[in-house]
Amino acid sequence: MTTRRAFLAGMACASMPRVGWADVGNPACLAVGKRGDGFVLHGLTAAGDSLFQIALPGRGHAAAAHPTLALAVAFARRPGSFAVVIDCLTGLVRHQLTPPSDRQFSGHGCFSADGGLLLTSEVVAEGSAGRIGVWDASDFRRIGEWDSGGIGPHDLRRLADGRLVVANGGIQTDSGDRTKLNLPDMRPNLTLLSAAGLVLDQVELDPELRQNSIRHLALLGDTVAFAMQWEGDPAQPVPQLGLWTPGASPRLCPPAPDEAWTMKGYAGSIASSQAGDLIGLTSAPAGAVMLFDAAGTPVATHRRPDISGLAALPSGLMATDGQGGIWGCAPMALTPLARSQTAWDNHLIALL
Amino acid sequence: MLKTLALALCCATPVWADFPETVQQHILPGYARFAQAAGDLAQAAAQSCDPAALRPAFHVAFDAWIGVQHLQFGPVQEDGILLAIQYWPDPKGSGAKAQRALLLGDPAALAPEAFAAQSVAARGLSGLERLLYPTNALPADPCPLIRATATDLAQMAQRVHKAWVDDYADLLLTAGAPSNTSYLTRPEARQVLFTQIIGALEFMRDQRLGRPLGSFGKPRPERAEAIASGRSLINLRLALRNLRDMVATLTPDAPQTMAAFDHATAMADGLTDPVFAEVADPQGRLRVEILHQAITALRDVALMELGPELDVGIGFNAADGD
Repeated sequence: MTTRRAFLAGMACASMPRVGWADVGNPACLAVGKRGDGFVLHGLTAAGDSLFQIALPGRGHAAAAHPTLALAVAFARRPGSFAVVIDCLTGLVRHQLTPPSDRQFSGHGCFSADGGLLLTSEVVAEGSAGRIGVWDASDFRRIGEWDSGGIGPHDLRRLADGRLVVANGGIQTDSGDRTKLNLPDMRPNLTLLSAAGLVLDQVELDPELRQNSIRHLALLGDTVAFAMQWEGDPAQPVPQLGLWTPGASPRLCPPAPDEAWTMKGYAGSIASSQAGDLIGLTSAPAGAVMLFDAAGTPVATHRRPDISGLAALPSGLMATDGQGGIWGCAPMALTPLARSQTAWDNHLIALL
Repeated sequence: MLKTLALALCCATPVWADFPETVQQHILPGYARFAQAAGDLAQAAAQSCDPAALRPAFHVAFDAWIGVQHLQFGPVQEDGILLAIQYWPDPKGSGAKAQRALLLGDPAALAPEAFAAQSVAARGLSGLERLLYPTNALPADPCPLIRATATDLAQMAQRVHKAWVDDYADLLLTAGAPSNTSYLTRPEARQVLFTQIIGALEFMRDQRLGRPLGSFGKPRPERAEAIASGRSLINLRLALRNLRDMVATLTPDAPQTMAAFDHATAMADGLTDPVFAEVADPQGRLRVEILHQAITALRDVALMELGPELDVGIGFNAADGD
């Protein structure tokens, strides 16, 4: 028996164009970058071919892809004052999201599994206390916010069961210019939130590693792979990768001793292969991608200037660089897949 | 017609400079000199372990290393060679610890193949410096370790030189060729060289000068480079001259960058304290800070002028960070 509520919900759906990712060619990932003087969003195939190219209003940081509809949310760079919801078939901006006046987007977001909610990492402008903005994805209305459990949240990922893991980077920034204000006292953490936003678990690094800002995340089943950026003495060798299974202590995965400084203390993007057998980290300042096995043991390092974007492919990983290069990334080698006129920006967003 | 004219004009340019010139006139000769000097040092060590007798060859090898130390790409990145040739900075003293274990341990670890597998912190020029200029009494006769370290250094220098001559020079020179999967375009070859220059200037600013400068309230003279052998200032001066030479091979048209090199070099030549110990004294600190500012300005000018001149940048992502 059809209730009134279900009937109305059905009506609402019927009135919306149900354009799915298949209608735009089933991209393997989304990528943002600079093309000429403008900024664009592309859908890329696993072979590195561009399926579509859509103009953006400004330089983006990362994007979030709706799980079923061909909708991408592109976030402005920090301090983020806007995000846009883009229809990847028409290229039109469907919605513009603006955080409340004393909140700023942190550059990352993700959808709930059913696509009903968009969750955005945010900071309170003064003090950088972390928030997760909650938006109704049917009309992109803000319907609430949660405490992220730390200072300066950056990346966030949804686990298969709906729980959310947040990388609270620990860095308090000036609300106007990203100047870092608390480096001597920073305390990053990983926080696990329930699907309703309650803190379920939280871990910090050992005191001597508290200047290692936890910023980006990838998932291997229920294990969270996290990538860090070192704000301490550059002469001190520190790990860029850690693995955390909620309920246990985080485990750090240092590079091979010969490669202790290769990444220049910096990991920009992290991704794990769909098979879950390979974890990659990129460092654009170092021009390097470092690969680890699922246990966090280093297996290879490849060099490529300004390499940064990284996403899972059906087999292995895909990487992009600031010269427009698109690469297949495997332990043996980086293999050129394609080259674009678009200079690829920080992140790739895999569509899984 | 226009094309022919343009070609004629470009061939008539008196100073031809681009990345192939950098490879031929700067990189290959630099690695040849370093391989030669490291080989000479190993030979000298084979004849005598007397530190006083070895120090001149050590300095020649270190000078030659500074001639290529800024080239942190290609063969020198294999197997940690870059770190093994000079392990600095080393704030935790890992090198001295690893060396002590080698001095007191099984001599089998000093055989060439075994030694090449030892910690990068224990090896290379920093390792030799601790043996030739010991600040404390060594726990055992250093002679076998001096010989092993010098031999290993010579092998690394030879390996890098040979790799450049046999393969890597060609790889860079054929940038943009369809078969080249490392350098997809010619500008990518220029970009990697440009990145080395900027990286080397940042190393001078943040490490060679930044570490001993510390902060005004807490100067850290003990953190200067190669203090025991008195090379902190020499290394900086040589690095400035070598980098300037490299830029000259890359383009004839970077006048502001050249002027900034000359200014920074004049400042460095005006300093007299070989190990920047003067950072602990207000007057001396001012002199080192002025040099630090000159190098900071040089790096900024090179980024602004040299990048566009070479049609490259520091990297879209590298410059951003998030």
